[in-house]
Amino acid sequence: MVRWTRRFLVGLALTVGSVAMLFPLWWMLVISLESPQRAAAAAEGGGSIAVWPKDIHWSNYPEALRQIGTEPWQGFLDALANSIVITVLVVVGTVLSSSLVGLAFARMTFRGRGPLFLLMLATMMLPAQVTMIPLFLVFRSLGWIDTILPLVVPAFFGSAFFIFMYRQFIAQISESLIEAARIDGYGMLGIWWRIILPMCTPVTAITAIFTFIFVWNDFLGPLIYLHSDDQSTLALALNSFRNQYGGLENVHLLMAVSVVTMIPCVVLFFAAQRTFVEGIGRGAVKG
Amino acid sequence: MAQVRLESIGKTYPGGVRAVDGVSILIEDGEFIVLVGPSGCGKSTTLRMIAGLEAITDGEIRIGDRRVNDVAARDRDIAMVFQDYALYPHMTVGRNLSFGLLRRRQYSSRLRSLLSGSYRANRRKETGAISDRVARAADVLGLGDLLDRHPRELSGGQRQRVALGRAIVRDPSVFLLDEPLSNLDAKLRGEMRTELRRLHRQLGATMVHVTHDQEEAMTLGDRLVVMKDGIVQQCGPPVELYREPVNRFVASFIGTPEMNFLEGVIEEGGVFTSGSVRIELPKGRWPSVSVGQQVTLGVRPEHLERVADSDAMFTGEAEVVEQLGDRTDVILVNGNHRMTARIASGSGLREGDSASLRADLSQAHLFAVDDGENRIATK
Repeated sequence: MVRWTRRFLVGLALTVGSVAMLFPLWWMLVISLESPQRAAAAAEGGGSIAVWPKDIHWSNYPEALRQIGTEPWQGFLDALANSIVITVLVVVGTVLSSSLVGLAFARMTFRGRGPLFLLMLATMMLPAQVTMIPLFLVFRSLGWIDTILPLVVPAFFGSAFFIFMYRQFIAQISESLIEAARIDGYGMLGIWWRIILPMCTPVTAITAIFTFIFVWNDFLGPLIYLHSDDQSTLALALNSFRNQYGGLENVHLLMAVSVVTMIPCVVLFFAAQRTFVEGIGRGAVKG
Repeated sequence: MAQVRLESIGKTYPGGVRAVDGVSILIEDGEFIVLVGPSGCGKSTTLRMIAGLEAITDGEIRIGDRRVNDVAARDRDIAMVFQDYALYPHMTVGRNLSFGLLRRRQYSSRLRSLLSGSYRANRRKETGAISDRVARAADVLGLGDLLDRHPRELSGGQRQRVALGRAIVRDPSVFLLDEPLSNLDAKLRGEMRTELRRLHRQLGATMVHVTHDQEEAMTLGDRLVVMKDGIVQQCGPPVELYREPVNRFVASFIGTPEMNFLEGVIEEGGVFTSGSVRIELPKGRWPSVSVGQQVTLGVRPEHLERVADSDAMFTGEAEVVEQLGDRTDVILVNGNHRMTARIASGSGLREGDSASLRADLSQAHLFAVDDGENRIATK
């Protein structure tokens, strides 16, 4: 009886917590499908709470997306393409560079390995705001302002947190696997590509998902470095849209753009959920 | 296949630990040699130096006619089987077997064939040749049905066979086996020993096997190399090491149960005395021993027989009686002395009973106490 009561209370607490977490997302989805009047009333607080749309207005979506930027549709398509290019390059760059550096720290013996690793870890303590201005000056001197290079190139130099994760994971891999591959004729790069990287799938999933979510939703980076309309990312476009159509009468459109911006992250998370959770668990136990 | 020559090789780790010291062995073409010794004796380090996984501090290693001290592991034409199998977990058995071969395809010839337009045909030919070799290796080891499985789906014995297959498929000059049976249970270990012997016969390969299990070493090796503290103690055929161990360490390491040792002194009339134990040594068998010399008498358990009290060399109380079916191992205790005897089963001896033993002194050994515990020569 006590067991059942405990299970019930735990279930209740989890349900309440889940509802509290998910309600804003659900509310965003509902408002995005409401009529302009009901959406505005709900947002103002004077109308219904809008837990379910009265009439589903799918037309809110094309209408909202068409109005992004100066040219109909063009602004949205440009922002989408830019976001995809930047995110994919940063994800690929982070996975490749972090795993390679992680392998070096885990398996290669070189002078100063320990101090270098500590120095690398120490960079995690630096807030982004500290490096923002020096980095801007460096990128400006390189002539990279208003290009995607400042957002993409640093990813190919590794990320301290993910290097740490890869290093911890690779350190668990049996040395004999690496030696077997050496005897099979592979050098360190071949071993990294053919043995280590495929075995690091859980860490790669975490790295890819975290990086994807961060870069896809990143507002500050693109705001600093991208100035032209045709260079804008979805996060920047969403902000411009909010400035342009931020009134309560257009809240349904704002929510529609917000939902579209959020969809890739949600889809990616559910697609990679199993590997992701496995990786988190592994890191927790062995890391 | 190739001859392997180790000439005074040594290994000193940073910090000054000398793991291997002046090891010289000539491993003949097609020979199955076993490096055996306790943990930390340097046997695995020696093997890894042959493989090229460990740098050599001094000495020279030759595989065939080639000096390989500075040759990378991948260019030594060796294959190694690891203690934990080292199968690539994300690859199927078939892919594990072909992995090394795929790497060894000649890039220069591939480039030439690409330029000459025969790339596809050559690639098909290469892939076909690799598939044939994988199929042959799988056939030899009975892995045909497992080629599409991943290592996690295999039993310990199957994984071991895949690890062997990965070595066989490469057709190397030398096979290096680093305690490949130690992760298997006793029954599988026995089966795999037989399998290894069969493979060695079938392939006629030069094999260097490392183990700490002397029984495994005795059953597998054409010759054994017993090591201790990085130094070769004795190298020879198993029976030679069993019958004529050069020192007390080899005598104690080879043979199960371990040889019995009695430390004592030679007295007038060639009588060996150790406390209350007095044994008259055969006249002239050890001509170099002298009266008053401190020696250790070594007698193997199987060279002791149970006798009547009047004929006894050693009498004691049975502390442990292990019934092994076809024979019985008994540990007799008398004061500070402890003797293990292997006697016929059905003797009716029980723990706590008194028993008398007599040694076959023609098979016994004397070891000098003051001379590195080396065996004293017999006539």
